[in-house]
Amino acid sequence: MALSTVLETPGAGFNFDNAARNAALEGLFEGGQTPKPLKTGTTIAGVVFKDGVVLGADTRATSSEVVADKMCAKIHYISPNIYCCGAGTAADTEKTTDLLSSNLTIFSLNSGRNPRVVMAVNILQDMLYRYHGQIGANLILGGVDCTGNHLYTVGPYGDVDKVPYLAMGSGDLAALGILEDGFKHDLELEKAKELVRAAIHAGIMSDLGSGNNIDICVITKEGVDYIRPYQESVYKDDRKMKYKYRPGTTAVLTEKVVPLKLEVVQETVQKMETA
Amino acid sequence: MAVQVKQESKLSVNVTHRVTSYKCPVSSKKGGCGGKRECQGGFREQIVGAGFAPDVSSYYTTQAEVRAYQRESVTKGDKMNSRGLRSQLKDSVPVAGLCPQGAYGLQDSLRSGFTSIKNELLPSHPLELSEKNFQLNQDKMNFSTLRNIQGLHAPLKLQMEYRAARQIQRLPFLPSSNLALDTLRGSDESIGFEDILCDPAQSEMMGEPHMMVEYKLGML
Repeated sequence: MALSTVLETPGAGFNFDNAARNAALEGLFEGGQTPKPLKTGTTIAGVVFKDGVVLGADTRATSSEVVADKMCAKIHYISPNIYCCGAGTAADTEKTTDLLSSNLTIFSLNSGRNPRVVMAVNILQDMLYRYHGQIGANLILGGVDCTGNHLYTVGPYGDVDKVPYLAMGSGDLAALGILEDGFKHDLELEKAKELVRAAIHAGIMSDLGSGNNIDICVITKEGVDYIRPYQESVYKDDRKMKYKYRPGTTAVLTEKVVPLKLEVVQETVQKMETA
Repeated sequence: MAVQVKQESKLSVNVTHRVTSYKCPVSSKKGGCGGKRECQGGFREQIVGAGFAPDVSSYYTTQAEVRAYQRESVTKGDKMNSRGLRSQLKDSVPVAGLCPQGAYGLQDSLRSGFTSIKNELLPSHPLELSEKNFQLNQDKMNFSTLRNIQGLHAPLKLQMEYRAARQIQRLPFLPSSNLALDTLRGSDESIGFEDILCDPAQSEMMGEPHMMVEYKLGML
């Protein structure tokens, strides 16, 4: 349909046409009941240990006061040696980490090398600074590359910090307490996993926005171990999502077989052109 | 008309640039404005699309302006002088739209929705202005850095290539692939939001072809 009001093809990228309409609509919802984006209200944590990096996250996604997703995956794949935990607006973290992963894949296809964690951090920083915090993504990037084991945090405005242990999200204060208490340099794998699990557990217990299961992701030079779930919540419900019963569930009392006799009445052959 | 501009680069190689420049349309006196207007005697150009340029023949820069520019770059020596560079690039695009397009300049509520004066003066979203000018500002910054590192010839040659690549376009209402421009910028090796969201090739609205061509030519 050709509209006579469109004088130029709309530019690619973000379209701000609806911003004015939203501002006008906000006046109609007195009391602040505008629909809110799905936030993750999270606890995520990361620890650098002797052979690599351990990342942990809870699995609850909330939409204001309702739990929207009980098995949300907050640890995103960036590249074979880099994973990223995301807190903040769920869609923003998903899309941003997806874009980052695509860009790094293109890079490694071009150059034949595994990407380094600093590259991921720089790309993220540029991208998030460009949008001045409107993209609500608090990310923890952890990975192992040729220069060592790294753990970085990137905030929504593009601020970056490189630290040996880290917690983010709404439950970060509780998790950070556990991490501060138990962290030592060059931990062993099992101790590091237990530390991260305890940190996320503290976040789940003390924060309404975090809950359900705990996911752990261990990244070492040999490979990645993504354990989902590492610990299941004791309040797991027992709903079977499938209600199909296998044959034999109910006992068979009688069986009667009646064969159906069919006669061929007419047969036509139609040639098909399969050129 | 072409004007020869010679400039000594830092490696003391005589680099001759052939620059086609346009005179500032505001000052049409002989001898130009002598550098008093905002472009300060630099080159003011208009980026033209393929085949849609208005009359090109009458633009040229005067000898006085060229001499002023040369004198300045010689006396200032190594100091960076980005005046000419800045006015070469197109000015930032303002957001405020044209006056309402209904009959007699009145707001056409049926076609363009409700209006408020505030919306026409200021952008309704904090990112609107910065996103509109992002590519331009990025280019300016890159060229300016390149100018500092390698001398004037580097951004000039690159901008010549950009100018040529930007002219490879289809008609206004058809989507252009901009392949050469993407390759020059290096954006064929990266994915951003402009590749995923609002792809113009998949836009559901098509403008009226005649209106779009007339708008591009400035006849509307």
